[in-house]
Amino acid sequence: MIPRTSTAARAGRARRRKGRVAWLFLAPFLVAFSASIVGPLVYAGYLSAYKKQLVGGTSFAGAENYLRAFSDPLFIEGVGRVLGFLAVQVPIMLGISLLAALAIDSGRLGATKGARILLFLPYAIPAVVATLMWGYIFGGQFGLVGQVARAAGLPTPDLLGSGLMMFSIGNIVTWSFMGYNMLIFYAALRSVPAEVYEAAEIDGAGEFRKAWAIKMPAIRPSLAVAVIFSVIGSIQLFNEPSVLQALSPAVITTNYTPNLYTYNLAFSGSQANYSAALAILLGGMTVVIAYVAQWFVARRDRIL
Amino acid sequence: MATSVASTVPRTRASKPRRSWLLTVAVWTLVAYFMVPLVWLAINATKTNSDLFETFGLAFGDSFALFANVGNLLSYQDGIYIRWFGNTVLYSVVGAGGAAVFAALGGYALAKYDFRGRRALIATILGATAVPGTALAVPTYLLFAKVGLINTEAAVIIPALASPFGLFLMMVYAREAIPTALIEAARIDGAGEFRVFWSIGMRLLTPAFVTVLLFQLVATWNNYFLPLIVLNQSDKFPLTVGLSLWNSLANAGGVNVAEPLYPLVITGSLLAVLPLCVAFFFLQRYWQSGMATGSVKE
Repeated sequence: MIPRTSTAARAGRARRRKGRVAWLFLAPFLVAFSASIVGPLVYAGYLSAYKKQLVGGTSFAGAENYLRAFSDPLFIEGVGRVLGFLAVQVPIMLGISLLAALAIDSGRLGATKGARILLFLPYAIPAVVATLMWGYIFGGQFGLVGQVARAAGLPTPDLLGSGLMMFSIGNIVTWSFMGYNMLIFYAALRSVPAEVYEAAEIDGAGEFRKAWAIKMPAIRPSLAVAVIFSVIGSIQLFNEPSVLQALSPAVITTNYTPNLYTYNLAFSGSQANYSAALAILLGGMTVVIAYVAQWFVARRDRIL
Repeated sequence: MATSVASTVPRTRASKPRRSWLLTVAVWTLVAYFMVPLVWLAINATKTNSDLFETFGLAFGDSFALFANVGNLLSYQDGIYIRWFGNTVLYSVVGAGGAAVFAALGGYALAKYDFRGRRALIATILGATAVPGTALAVPTYLLFAKVGLINTEAAVIIPALASPFGLFLMMVYAREAIPTALIEAARIDGAGEFRVFWSIGMRLLTPAFVTVLLFQLVATWNNYFLPLIVLNQSDKFPLTVGLSLWNSLANAGGVNVAEPLYPLVITGSLLAVLPLCVAFFFLQRYWQSGMATGSVKE
C-alpha cells in the first residue's frame, strides 16, 4: 500500500478513530440493550413460530399460535377486560390529573407546594405495597371501609368481589399515577412565559379563555406522553391483580388480565411457545393502541 | 441550566390571583384521600394482630407494638426480611447506577460524535422506548431460562441496566449542556477521549445523571413482575416479591393465629417504602426536571 499523507486522508482516519471511540462508549449500553430487550424479543418471536407436541416433539407452526389467540376465549376475555379498564380508568385519572395541575398552577391554592408533593408521593410507593394497603382497606377481614360502613349502619360493600374488583383496581392505579401525570401537566404549564398571560389579560381574556386558548395547547404535547404511559399501564395490567389474587382468589382468575394469562402459561403451564406469541401480540397491540390514542388527543404534537 | 425547569421559572403576573377557598378545600380533600392508605399503614404497623382485627383502622390499638413488630419482622425465618431488603438495595443500586453510567456514556457519544450508523441507532433506541417494559417480562424469562440465568442476581440486574429512555434523555441533555468548543479545546490540550468525557462531559451531565439514576432506582426498587418470574428461591427475592409471598401465606391460612403474618406484611411494607419516600422528599427538583425534559419536545 502506498502511504498517503494528504490532509483529507488524515481527517478521514481521525473520523474513523472517533467513530470507534463512540462505539466503545456505546458498547456497555448496547450489550445490556441486546441482552434484555432485543434478545428476548427475537427469541420470543422465534419461539412463537413453533409448537410442542406430545408426539413428534417441536415442530414449525407458522402463525398458528397467533391464530389460536384470536379464538382463545380465555385470552379474549382478558383483553376485553383491560380494554374496558382503559376506556374508563384512563380518562378519569387523566381528567383528575389535569384539574389538579390547573388548580396548582392557578396560584389560588393555599399550601400549594405541600399538596403537589403529597399528591405525587404515591408514585414512589411500589405497586405491590399500594395494592396491599388498598387491598387490606377494602378487604373483609380488618378492612377500613367495612368498619366505617358498619359504624354508619350501612351494608358493607364487597369491594374485592367480582362486581367491584375492576373499580378497586382502578382506584389503586389512579392513586399510584395521578400525581405523576399531574406533575407532567404542571411542568408543561410552567413552561408558558408569563408575558403570554399578560398579553392575554391586556386583550381582555378571562380565566376560562386563558385556560382554553393558552393552557390547553401548552399541555397537549405532555398529554400525548401521559396517554402513552397510561395505555401501556392498562393493557399490560399485572401487578395489582396479581397481588389481589391472594385476597380474592375466586374473582381473579388465572386469565383475569392478558398478562396474568401469559405469565401463568409461561410459568406454571409451561406453554412457552403459545405464551411467547401472546406476549408479542399483546406488546404489538399496546404500541398500536398507544399510537392511535395519542393521535386522537394530540394530533399535532404526537411523539410516536 | 435546565436543571429545574419546573421550579425556577419565575411567574410574575401583573395581578397576583386571589386565593380561592373552594379550590383549596377541593384539592386538599383530594390530598386527604390520597394520604389515607399511608396513614393507615403507619398506624397499623403499631398494632398487634388482635388489635389489627379488633380496633378501628385509623385509630391506635390498645397496645403500641411497633417495636415488637419490627423485632418480629427482622427475626422471622432467620431474618429473611433483612435478606430481601439487602437484595432490593443490591438490585436497585447496581441496576440504577449501571444504567445511569451506561446512559451517560452512550448519550454523550450519540450527542457529540458523528459516526456511521448514528441515525439508525437513535431510531432503534427511540423505537425501543415504545416497547412496554412489562411486555418484556415473559420474553426475558423465556430467554433467560434458555441460557440458564434463572434464579440468579444477574437475571434481575441485567434488564435494569438497559434504559433506552435514560439514554435518550442523556443525549438530548448532552447536546444542549456540553459545548463542542470545550471538547475541542480539551483535545487540543492533549486530553484523551475518555478523559474528555470524564472531566468535562460527565461533570456537565450531572443533573441528567441524577435524574436517570433516581427514575431507574425507583423503577427497580418497585419492580415486581420481572423478579417474580425470573426468581424462584426466596433468598433471592426483593422486598416486593417477598411481601407478596407473605400476603399469600397470610391469606391461605385464613386468620392465622399461630403465626400472625399480617402485622409482618404491614410493618414490612412500611419499612420498604420509607427509603424512597425520604429520597424523594430530598431530591424533588431532580424528579421534576426529569419529567419536564421527558414531556417537552425537542
